[in-house]
Amino acid sequence: MADMTALDSGVMMAADGTPLKKKLKQALFLSRVRAFALVAPLLLFILASFIVPIVMLLWQGVHNDTYTKNMPLSAKALYEWDGQSDPTESMAEALVADLVVARDNKTIGRVATRVNREYSGTRSLFTKSARSAAKMEAPFLEALIDKDKDWADIEVWKAMKIASKSYTPAFYAAAVDMTYNADGSFERVEEQGRIYVKLFLRTFMVSLVVTLACFVLGFPVAYLLSTLPMRTSNLLMILVLLPFWTSLLVRTTAWIAMLQSQGILNNIFVAVGITSDDARFSLIYNMTGTLIAMTHILLPFMILPLYSVMRGISPSYVRAAKSLGATNWTAFWRVYFPATIPGIGAGALLVFILSIGYYITPALVGGQNGTLISNFIADHMQKTLNWSLAAALGGLLLASVLILYWIYDKVVGIDNMKLG
Amino acid sequence: MATSATDAFVAFDRVQKSYDGETLVVKDLNLFIDKGEFLTMLGPSGSGKTTCLMMLAGFETATHGDILLDGRPINNIPPHKRGIGMVFQNYALFPHMTVAENLAFPLEVRGMGKADREAKVNRALDMVQMGEFGSRRPAQLSGGQQQRVALARALVFEPELVLMDEPLGALDKQLREHMQYEIKHIHERLGVTVVYVTHDQSEALTMSDRIAVFEDGRIQQLAPPADLYERPDNAFVAQFIGENNKLTGTVEAIDGSTVSVGFADGESCKALSVNNGPVGGPTLLSIRPERVQIGAEEGPNTVEAQVLELIYLGDHIRCRMRVHGNDDFIVKVPNSAGHEHLRVGETTRVAWKIEDCRALDAA
Amino acid sequence: MKLSHVMLGAASALAISTAVYAEDKITVVSWGGAYTKSQVEAYHKPWIAKTGNQIVSEDYNGGLAEIKAQVEAGNVTWDIVDVEYSDAIRGCDEGLLEEIDPSILPAGADGTPAMDDFIEGAVTDCAVSNIVWSTIFAYDTTKVSGVEGISDFFDLDKFPGKRGIRKNPKANLEMALMADGVPAAEVYDMLETDEGVDRAFAKLDTIKDSVVWWEAGAQPPQLLADGEVLMTTAYNGRIFNAAAGEGQPFEVNWDGQILDFDLWVIPKGSPNKEAAMDFLTFSTETEQLAAQASWIAYGPARKSSGALVGLYNDGKTEMAPHMPTAADNLGNALVNNFEFWADNQDELNERFAAWLAQ
Repeated sequence: MADMTALDSGVMMAADGTPLKKKLKQALFLSRVRAFALVAPLLLFILASFIVPIVMLLWQGVHNDTYTKNMPLSAKALYEWDGQSDPTESMAEALVADLVVARDNKTIGRVATRVNREYSGTRSLFTKSARSAAKMEAPFLEALIDKDKDWADIEVWKAMKIASKSYTPAFYAAAVDMTYNADGSFERVEEQGRIYVKLFLRTFMVSLVVTLACFVLGFPVAYLLSTLPMRTSNLLMILVLLPFWTSLLVRTTAWIAMLQSQGILNNIFVAVGITSDDARFSLIYNMTGTLIAMTHILLPFMILPLYSVMRGISPSYVRAAKSLGATNWTAFWRVYFPATIPGIGAGALLVFILSIGYYITPALVGGQNGTLISNFIADHMQKTLNWSLAAALGGLLLASVLILYWIYDKVVGIDNMKLG
Repeated sequence: MATSATDAFVAFDRVQKSYDGETLVVKDLNLFIDKGEFLTMLGPSGSGKTTCLMMLAGFETATHGDILLDGRPINNIPPHKRGIGMVFQNYALFPHMTVAENLAFPLEVRGMGKADREAKVNRALDMVQMGEFGSRRPAQLSGGQQQRVALARALVFEPELVLMDEPLGALDKQLREHMQYEIKHIHERLGVTVVYVTHDQSEALTMSDRIAVFEDGRIQQLAPPADLYERPDNAFVAQFIGENNKLTGTVEAIDGSTVSVGFADGESCKALSVNNGPVGGPTLLSIRPERVQIGAEEGPNTVEAQVLELIYLGDHIRCRMRVHGNDDFIVKVPNSAGHEHLRVGETTRVAWKIEDCRALDAA
Repeated sequence: MKLSHVMLGAASALAISTAVYAEDKITVVSWGGAYTKSQVEAYHKPWIAKTGNQIVSEDYNGGLAEIKAQVEAGNVTWDIVDVEYSDAIRGCDEGLLEEIDPSILPAGADGTPAMDDFIEGAVTDCAVSNIVWSTIFAYDTTKVSGVEGISDFFDLDKFPGKRGIRKNPKANLEMALMADGVPAAEVYDMLETDEGVDRAFAKLDTIKDSVVWWEAGAQPPQLLADGEVLMTTAYNGRIFNAAAGEGQPFEVNWDGQILDFDLWVIPKGSPNKEAAMDFLTFSTETEQLAAQASWIAYGPARKSSGALVGLYNDGKTEMAPHMPTAADNLGNALVNNFEFWADNQDELNERFAAWLAQ
């Protein structure tokens, strides 16, 4: 076999004389290319429809060039300003020139909105001043103050300086109830305006409670399903999956009919005598409603992985434990329960992460104190159009999910997760 | 040997079992097992042997009848109070515990102290030559090693009775044979009573003191291995244990322990009367392939046979012949010096002794 | 609205293949329910009959988000949208809307020039108003009687029971101040100050625990009908329709009402801009505005329509007293200050949300 293994150079050769390692690499390369070509369409799809938009959105959380783009002269002047001394004539001149252009370009509204986010109440200052900017003459600072005395307020100029930074931590600061000042410092917002930290905490609490509730309710059900014969369990599984197949509208209407103060549950409570007619429970449009509705809709995500793991646990484990002398409880707790941990982990992670991002259900049944951080993200996306703040809030949410995932991997091990 | 429910160590007393209330999986089972005995329940799948084992372990309840352990009925005692060791088909080692923790489990639930536990665990592991593997997890062990651990775990709390449910089914042939001897030796050394379930007859023959052959929810024959092979009671046992030639015929005459059987080709032969019907009824003759002589002289059970196929198997040659119209008649010709050289198509004479030819029920 | 997209798609495919010159087809977007129905009856049907064009009607929940998304993506599918005042101003400032030349608006039926005929503020650079609507409070007369004014809405001792309120600071802060005794004329001046905002929130605090929050305009009549609330704020037209149309025993209390405009706007880059303009001028003519009032209790934005407002479509209810602009209803009324809200809504929204979450 000398022609197959030319050992004189110490390198194993293939039949055609090329080194065996290289030959193997070539062979593997082809199969790798083929494998890549098979997944490439999906990869591109995910990249274009998922990753790129998310990155672009998150980018908005730190990058907002509304002011720089539409007010280039003023942005430059503000950049040179120290943010402490009185506004100068050159800053005013640049501002007036930009206002004229912005009015013509119909971009003044965006600029005004941007500055208004930093200093509430200045929107009309910009839109009004822009209307008369074309007629203003030097000295411009006086002309501006003449038009509206608010231009003498240095806080307005400070707000403009903050807005004129394209890359800014202002939105991330706002997302944790801090304000970013013109001098680069941070400070907590006033007590009555603090909301997001509270909402993040509430979102985590709700997710935790929902996950626990799903576990407590789902574990026995999954166990029952896994011990029943296939036919019966398939039938019952339909009941478990029913929430999936019910439209959001039908489900919400059903919840309202069930839970409202004149609803079925309360009527039963009154009839049975648990409560009196004028002290009916508030089960919807508050935190209780959010918890009930979210537990209901997320329950299948707990039951399915648990069920699939439990189906795979051979009855001989529990039998072995009993034959070795364990009581029913010991056999369950020491042998059966540990075997279900991969399912519990998967279910809990799924439910928790889904809860953190839930927003339609809390919006519909959450009322005044049952809404979560996602509702505010949606609100900033759809109503206030403050996409940068929405991006910052979303970025924080994403980061916290990733951290959770990391902790989970460290504690339980992601390999141990079984989704079904 | 125990002959009644009260003096046996384990007794099945007229036990019946039905799952659906329509058919019986176990039909009127009576079985008495002595202390220290190695008893194998052998049978094809669905014959009821595993159900019997599960009833003994307490995982199934008998629909009717009593199961007694050491003279006491155990029907109402839950499994964890029966004190019976058990080895499962897939070993059922707890995957989240180490080998040592697996072994310590039965001792722990019995409230044994830590030091005693460790000593016992180590001794049990040494017994199965797994002393170094205490800190491994089951998934890190080979099939054979897992098997040993499962065995050690079933024995570590020193039960008097150990049940084994096809414990070697998942191992390859060589390892299986090796483990058969090991289990047998452990049994001999410890003197525990073993009830062993298998569908592998060679396993049963190798290890058992007695074998209960199950079929259709009944014990077809209960006997030591040699008896079972040499003297099967009925066609099913003859067929199930070892290789067997079947010849179907009609009983022509009965003369004490000998019967004359006529075949469709007009010839006849003499056989030992075991389980045949009356004169005129059908019967099935059972002849072991290794008990047939080739190239015999003319005699009472001598017949012309045509060689149809020869298969060389090293220590012997399998020869398929046509005998009394049966094309599947197998003869094992030992590959010894001076054996006959047969050729396919050749016609020769074969013969067997009357006592090697058993007239059984025509099942 | 998926279905209408599909139907539109199928219809336009058909149109392209069969007709050389396709008729114009515009997408009109409004708030749904009884309100959209009133527009379909009063605007859409006569316009289709007159021009032979077609209309696809879509619903939305207000806000500029969709318009902004369409304009910025360069894929405008909405041709004309019914928006709130602050959105009309803001959308115009941000260049999201087409400018409208007021000279294309025809004179009133009585000959008054258009700019004099429309109520002041009803025509802006980018928007033309069609109706005047109002946020009022209402209740079920079978359960409540003797309500005097807005202060009773905030008086839980006098009228114990749940209150329905829109989950939004707008209108609520104003009503709270008026209930606290602030004259309508001073409300916005007061809200410009921190003390005024604090005072408004403090008043809201007094009923916070008894509030059921609503978001869609169709909810308040439902909350009243279900007995979920004793009194609720609402859009006056919705309550009128529940009362006159469905026979519910609901009554509107006009004290402290907050008047607002709804306006037509055309998103920048609408592919059917000309047809949309034509629809806009047609629907804001005296007759159409007057006709709409017989379908819903919102006041026409043209003064000349007032004289033509007659009976509700049930043929017996006189509409005039149910209009927000009726003289009897204007005793203590406030006109929504869009500029105040454009300036302060971000801050007040956040404070409102924080207040809710407390």
